[in-house]
Amino acid sequence: MPQLTLRNVIKSYGRNRAVDDLSLEVREGELLTLLGPSGCGKTTTLRAVSGFVGLDSGHIYIGQREVTDIPPERRGIGLVFQNYALWPHMTVFQNLAFGLQLKKLPAGGIRDKVQRGLSMVQLEGFEHRYPRQLSGGQQQRVALARALVLEPDILLLDEPLSNLDALLREQMRFEIAQIHKQAGITSIYVTHDQTEAMVISDRIALLDKGKVVQIGKPEELYSSPANRFVAGFMGTTSFVQGKVEQSRGETIWVRTPAGLSLRGRGRNLRDGQEVAVAVRPEHVRFLEAPVEGAVGAAPPPEEANVFPARVVRASYVGELIDYQLDLRGSSLRARGEVARAVAEGKQIRIRLDPDNLPVLPA
Amino acid sequence: MSLKRILILSAELVLLVLVFLLIVGPMMSLLLWSVAIRWYWPATLPQEVGLDYWRQALGLEKSLAIGAVSIVPAFLLSLSIAVTVVAITMLLAIPAGYALAKYRIPFGPAILFLFLMPNAFPQQPIFVNLLGLFTRLRLAGTVPGVMLTHILVGLVFGVWITSATFRAIPSHLEEAARSVGASRARAFFRITLPLAAPGLLSSAVFVFITSLDEFTGTFFIGLPFVNTLPMTLYSSSGYNMQFASVIAIILLVPSILFMTLIQRMLRAEYVGGMG
Ligand SMILES: Nc1ncnc2c1ncn2[C@@H]1O[C@H](COP(=O)(O)OP(=O)(O)O)[C@@H](O)[C@H]1O
Ligand SMILES: [Mg+2]
Repeated sequence: MPQLTLRNVIKSYGRNRAVDDLSLEVREGELLTLLGPSGCGKTTTLRAVSGFVGLDSGHIYIGQREVTDIPPERRGIGLVFQNYALWPHMTVFQNLAFGLQLKKLPAGGIRDKVQRGLSMVQLEGFEHRYPRQLSGGQQQRVALARALVLEPDILLLDEPLSNLDALLREQMRFEIAQIHKQAGITSIYVTHDQTEAMVISDRIALLDKGKVVQIGKPEELYSSPANRFVAGFMGTTSFVQGKVEQSRGETIWVRTPAGLSLRGRGRNLRDGQEVAVAVRPEHVRFLEAPVEGAVGAAPPPEEANVFPARVVRASYVGELIDYQLDLRGSSLRARGEVARAVAEGKQIRIRLDPDNLPVLPA
Repeated sequence: MSLKRILILSAELVLLVLVFLLIVGPMMSLLLWSVAIRWYWPATLPQEVGLDYWRQALGLEKSLAIGAVSIVPAFLLSLSIAVTVVAITMLLAIPAGYALAKYRIPFGPAILFLFLMPNAFPQQPIFVNLLGLFTRLRLAGTVPGVMLTHILVGLVFGVWITSATFRAIPSHLEEAARSVGASRARAFFRITLPLAAPGLLSSAVFVFITSLDEFTGTFFIGLPFVNTLPMTLYSSSGYNMQFASVIAIILLVPSILFMTLIQRMLRAEYVGGMG
């Protein structure tokens, strides 16, 4: 499996730069996700790789071969679309066989490959159905098989699960990840769904306004966001505004307008700089009743980042309770066990884990 | 009775009246007239019936008594004009409709709208101008001249319907074909064209019927040498109701045949699976 390289790709529509000087490398056999909000240029990037969108400038390579000016049909790329794009006048078999016939394979070989493709997506026995006789999930499996039977060098998937209902979508995530592992094809997967990206990807490239904001393993983007946009996009995040009070190496103290001093981790920040502290719900810990006799005394070192807070809203969401807290004027999201529910309006003490508090330029 | 029920009933009544007034009534009257040898006012039915006019029109009999002539030559001329016109019009309308549907053509929709104008406005001024041009080109009074006129009229419908047809086919289908190795042309012929077939066929039938029935243009451009079936019909309609009725029925036959064919095509299996 070759790697895929995009170098300084630019594509504009009128004055709007859909893809803005984008460089990217998808490693051999890797599944890389382009993640980002609607309109950030994911589809345009994918269509540039498939050859349906011409570049204003830049280069695209599959392995060592430059494909920038090669038409789509000669790039060796498999495509899976959001709306399946199965040919309605052909049966499942004919849909899968069409590309193989164009390659002038013998009929027996085509039958074998179609069978193998269908068994890969668990649709044996559906050969003679027409697409309209299949459910959405089955249609998307056929579309996947249609791309895979040709054993393309690169597989491109544009929001393939967006048209499916929530339950099926979750199930298909794992299936696609499984099939990708099995086939080992270098793949780009496009989605605007952060959870989907986390489940399915070897690496994620987060896009904003046609540029890559951060690229890395899912856990890297989640735990070490490069900036506020990344932190806000990956999972539920609350931000506490403040100024850098002091820093020692990567340990940063931030003072909020309300006078709290938060300790977190950050890089390349100046003293006095405006920053936002990214707080994830799972890093907010509820403490038991206030420690007796500690009033007025300085908290012991391991008790840093302990603050009083008020429960503004408590929503029961099944396996846990979703809290909205007020931390001296900053709003925080937190989670708690159902067995230890805290009522709305209660004053509590929370601890923010200093090792998991990214401090980011505001 | 609920209001909804009353509304439905009245709609059904209106449709029934329209069907009788516009379709069944005239058809019955045409059929009666075509076999009436003698039918004088105020009788509700003809006094004497027979197939004399039919035999005469179909060229099975020759007598000067009833004022009808064989329409076989006119019918064959009309048919061959229509077939040629359909072939040429569709050859032009398919690529034009495809381009209008898939690419951004500057002023494309505006130009199409302009083309539709002759059908909304009186056509006479256009045909009079065309006659001037065709006379200079030595096309006036010739069959190619009439064909060209019919093509111009047919292209309007042809391009409209074909572009609407192609627009209804998602471009992803063609892109998917190219992703599995089909060239642009192959993707068009194997994917888009079969999916467009019902729409293209109805477009073709529309052009065919338009050509078969066309009178105004043929009158201006074809006179006095090109005698199509509608020309014969109009020239006999004033004084010979029987003969006119026979021609009108004969003109209807190909239309009905083709309409049935379209119906079949539109019901064809795969159309339901689009989109
Ligand atoms: N064919 C087009 N013509 C004009 N603008 C386009 C076209 N395709 C995309 N754009 C614009 O380019 C930007 C990126 O679009 P797209 O790549 O579809 O985003 P995404 O897939 O991330 O939602 C958007 O602002 C969109 O409006
Ligand atoms: Mg998109």
